[in-house]
Amino acid sequence: MLSELFFGYFAAVIILLSVLVITRRNPVHSVMWMLLFFFHIAGLYLFLNAEFIAAIQIIVYAGAILVLFLFVLLLLNLREELKVKRFIGTWPAGLFVTAALLVIVLSVVKSFVPGPAGKYSIEFIKQETHTKALGKLLYTDYLFPFEIASIVLLVAIIGAIVLAKRKTRSK
Amino acid sequence: MVPLNWYLMLSAVVFMIGVFGFLTRRNIIIMFMSVELMLNAVNISLVAFSHYLQDMRGQILVIFIITVAAAEAAIGLAIIIALFRNKGTVHVDEMNEMKG
Repeated sequence: MLSELFFGYFAAVIILLSVLVITRRNPVHSVMWMLLFFFHIAGLYLFLNAEFIAAIQIIVYAGAILVLFLFVLLLLNLREELKVKRFIGTWPAGLFVTAALLVIVLSVVKSFVPGPAGKYSIEFIKQETHTKALGKLLYTDYLFPFEIASIVLLVAIIGAIVLAKRKTRSK
Repeated sequence: MVPLNWYLMLSAVVFMIGVFGFLTRRNIIIMFMSVELMLNAVNISLVAFSHYLQDMRGQILVIFIITVAAAEAAIGLAIIIALFRNKGTVHVDEMNEMKG
């Protein structure tokens, strides 16, 4: 009963916040609602016994990505953005497409059959601790994807510098 | 015990809100945030699967998704800054150089 209540609170607030994020006129307000949204997602992860994921959700998403968004917003001039209409003229078409997609996905969800359970039961994770279990798997079986992720981040660093750099005149 | 289907439904609803925002907003920053909403919706369902199937692989995938989201945000925001420097706006309807 209590767990359903908790889930209901988190689900309701997450849906409300995501609607608020996409409907605000001022992008700064959207970023602020997004911050609250990320914290609630992290709460949901804690609820699913994924402490490490909850921690990196807050550290990376709320701490790094949102701050980046906020910096860029403050670099841009948003004066005339506040005057134009929020949605495009044909937004009911978008709503229709989205609602149709939602109906399709929800009708598929009902017929989901779970596969066989793996070895990472709650007792196993409790004994091993979540971060250790995750780290062992990440640095053994998933070492190659991990290295690729580091290359992706390197590309992001170089790409961001190259793209945002002001063009020099002597070219 | 909350059933797995509830998480999947929540994830689907958040994903569709993100799709709606991406389709109907024309401010490029909000469109970007809609993409982040969609990525978070997928993360919810992956962590829920990982918990209910008692398998860690879903959470490994979430870590990689967060990595790629960070890279995507850095590159995308750099592109937005470059666009804003050239065009003076973040409204995507004004950007029609690629039309040919």
